[in-house]
Amino acid sequence: MIKMSYREAVRSALREALRSDPRVFLMGEDVGRYGGCFKVSHGLLEEFGPERVRDTPLSESTFLGAGIGAALGGMRPIVEIMTVNFSLLAMDQIVNNAATLRHMSGGQLSVPLVVRMATGGGRQVAAQHSHSLEGWYAHIPGIKVVVPATPADARGLLLAALREPDPVFVFEHSALYGVDGEVDEAAAPEEIGRAAVRRVGDAVSLITYGGCVGKALQAADQLATEGIAAEVLDLRSLRPLDTSAILASVAKTHRAVIVDEGWRTCSLAAEVSAQIMEGAFYSLDAPVGRVCSAEVPMPYARHMEDAALPQVAGIIGAVRETLGSHG
Amino acid sequence: MAGAGPAAPLPPVPLPVNREHALELLHQMVLIRRFEEKSAELYTLGKIRGFLHLYIGEEAVAVGSMQALSADDSIVATYREHGQALARGIPAGSLMAEMYGKANGCSRGRGGSMHFFDVARRFYGGHAIVGGGLPVAVGLALADRMQGRPNVTACFFGDGAVAEGEFHESLNLAALWRLPVLFLCENNLYAMGTALERHQAQPDLRLKAQGYAVPSEAVDGMDVLAVEDATRRAAAAVRRGDGPFLLELRTYRFRAHSMADPELYRAKEEIERWKSRDPIGLFTARLRSQQLVDDTDLGAIEARVATQVDEAVRFAEGGGWEPIEDLTRDVYTPVQP
Repeated sequence: MIKMSYREAVRSALREALRSDPRVFLMGEDVGRYGGCFKVSHGLLEEFGPERVRDTPLSESTFLGAGIGAALGGMRPIVEIMTVNFSLLAMDQIVNNAATLRHMSGGQLSVPLVVRMATGGGRQVAAQHSHSLEGWYAHIPGIKVVVPATPADARGLLLAALREPDPVFVFEHSALYGVDGEVDEAAAPEEIGRAAVRRVGDAVSLITYGGCVGKALQAADQLATEGIAAEVLDLRSLRPLDTSAILASVAKTHRAVIVDEGWRTCSLAAEVSAQIMEGAFYSLDAPVGRVCSAEVPMPYARHMEDAALPQVAGIIGAVRETLGSHG
Repeated sequence: MAGAGPAAPLPPVPLPVNREHALELLHQMVLIRRFEEKSAELYTLGKIRGFLHLYIGEEAVAVGSMQALSADDSIVATYREHGQALARGIPAGSLMAEMYGKANGCSRGRGGSMHFFDVARRFYGGHAIVGGGLPVAVGLALADRMQGRPNVTACFFGDGAVAEGEFHESLNLAALWRLPVLFLCENNLYAMGTALERHQAQPDLRLKAQGYAVPSEAVDGMDVLAVEDATRRAAAAVRRGDGPFLLELRTYRFRAHSMADPELYRAKEEIERWKSRDPIGLFTARLRSQQLVDDTDLGAIEARVATQVDEAVRFAEGGGWEPIEDLTRDVYTPVQP
C-alpha cells in the first residue's frame, strides 16, 4: 500500500491500462500536451506518444462518437470529458448510440468504451461547471455508471471499467482529485455493482456516493460523540445499484438518510428511496430522509454555493429528524 | 440547382463497361426498386409497421458507390438504408424479416426498417438520428488506422445532416487525423420536407468540405457509372492514406419522405422532371444503345429479382417472433459463467 492522491490513482490506472493493453488509448480535450485540465493525465503523452494520448478539438459529440466507433472497431478507448456539464454536448452519442447499439443490433455489436469526467461542485466555478448529473446517466439502460469516492476506488473502478464489454461512465468528483488515500497498486480490479460499508453502525444508514462520502463520514464522526452510531454506505456504482447492500443496511438500522449532490427532484436519492420502500418498508422505523443539492443553478459566491450543496450540518440535521420522528 | 428539376445531364462517363458488370449493376438497382415496391405494399397491408423510408430514385448512389468497397471496409448508413444494405449483399430475406419485426431479421427484429445491422458484412447501421452516424464512422476509421488495417469506412448521410454540428465536427476531426473516411453525402434536395435552399445558406454542399481541407467532388447521382467511377477514385485516395474525401451525390427521391408524408412541399411536375432521369431507365437506355443488353437480359433480371423478393417475403413470413423473455437480453453483454 502506498499513499497517493485520487488524481495520482486515476493516473496509475491509466498508465497500467496503457502499458498492458495495446488497444487502450486516451482521448479528450487537453489530455496530452496540457496534461489534463485536472492534471490527471500529466506525463502520459511523453510516456505513450500522441497516437495513444490524443488531444482532440472541442467537439465532444464527435470525439465521444469516435470512441464508440473505435470500440466497435476493436479498440479500448478511454474518452475524457472535462466536466459533466460539457458531456451534454455528447448526449446524442451517449444515449442514442453507446447505450443502444448492442440491443438494437440484436446483440451483434458491443461498445467497450470508458468515459471519464469530472463532476460536482464546491470550487466556485458556477452554474456551467459544477453540477452533479450522474443521476441522469444512471437512468439510461445500456451503460454502467461508477462513482469512485476514494483513491483506491479511483484506480480499482477504472481498471474494472476497462474490463467491461459495455460502456462505462466514471464520474470523478472534482473536489476529490487532491485527496490522499492508501492504494494497493497490485490490487485486482474492483467489481462493478458492489457498494462498500465505509463505517459500521446500527442507528441509521447514511447512503451516499462520490464527493459526499467524506461529508457523511464527518457527520458520522460527530454523531458518534453523541452516542449515535451511523453506518455509512458508499454506493460506488449507480447503475447497477447494489440494492441488496442498501436493503441489508436498512434492515439493520431501520432508518436511512440518503446524501446525494444531485438536485432532489427525480434524483438518484429518489431512486434509492423508492428501492428502500419497495424492499424494506416494514423494516423502517421512520420515513427515509434525503439531503440533496438545493434546486438552483450552482451560484458562484462561496456562501451561496455552500448553502446549495449538501453539508455535514445538514446531514446531522436530517439524521436527528429521522431519529426523532418515531418513538 | 435546387427546388427545380435535375441539372442538365452531364456527359456520360466514358467508362469501358463490361457486360457482366453492367448486368450486375442493373440487377442490384432493380432488386432495390422491386424490394421497396414490395415493402410499400406490405406496409399498406400492415405487415411492416413503424416508419418506412423508401430509397426509390436513389438506387444508383448505393449501387455505384458500393462497387468501390472491399469486404473489409466498413459502412455506416442512415435510416434510409435499404439500398445500401442490399447493395452490400445482406440477404433480402433478413432485411424483410427485420421490417416484419421477426427474430430472423438482421437485427433480431429490434431495429426495423431504420436500423439494419450486419456485423459480418461490416454494416454498422441504420442510424436514425440525422448526423449521428458520422462520429461513429470517424471512430471506425480510427480503429482501422491504429491497428494498421488498410480499410476505408464509407459513411452515408443526407443533405439534411450537413446542417448538424456532427457533420462539421466529423469532417474536421477526420481531416485533422487524416483518417480513412469516405463521406458520401446523398443530396436528394430535401431534409424531410425542407428544401435544400430553405435550410442551407450555401446550397453547393461539396464546398463545405473546403473549410476542413477535405477534397470533394459533386457527382451525378442518377448515373450509376459516374457514381462508381467517382467513388473508386475517392476510395483509392482515402485508402492510400490521403485522409478523408467527400462526395456529394446529387440525386432525388421519387417517393415521399416516409409513408406518412403527404408531400405538400414539392410540385408533382418537379418529381416528373426527375423521373425522366430515373437511374434505372437511364442506365438501361445507355446499355441498350451500346447493344450491351436486350429484352431477354432485362426479362431475366426482372425474373431473378421477382424470385428474390418472393423468397424474402417467404423468409419473413416464416420467421418466428423473439420470445418476450428475451426483452432485456443484450442491453448488456451477457456475463460468461
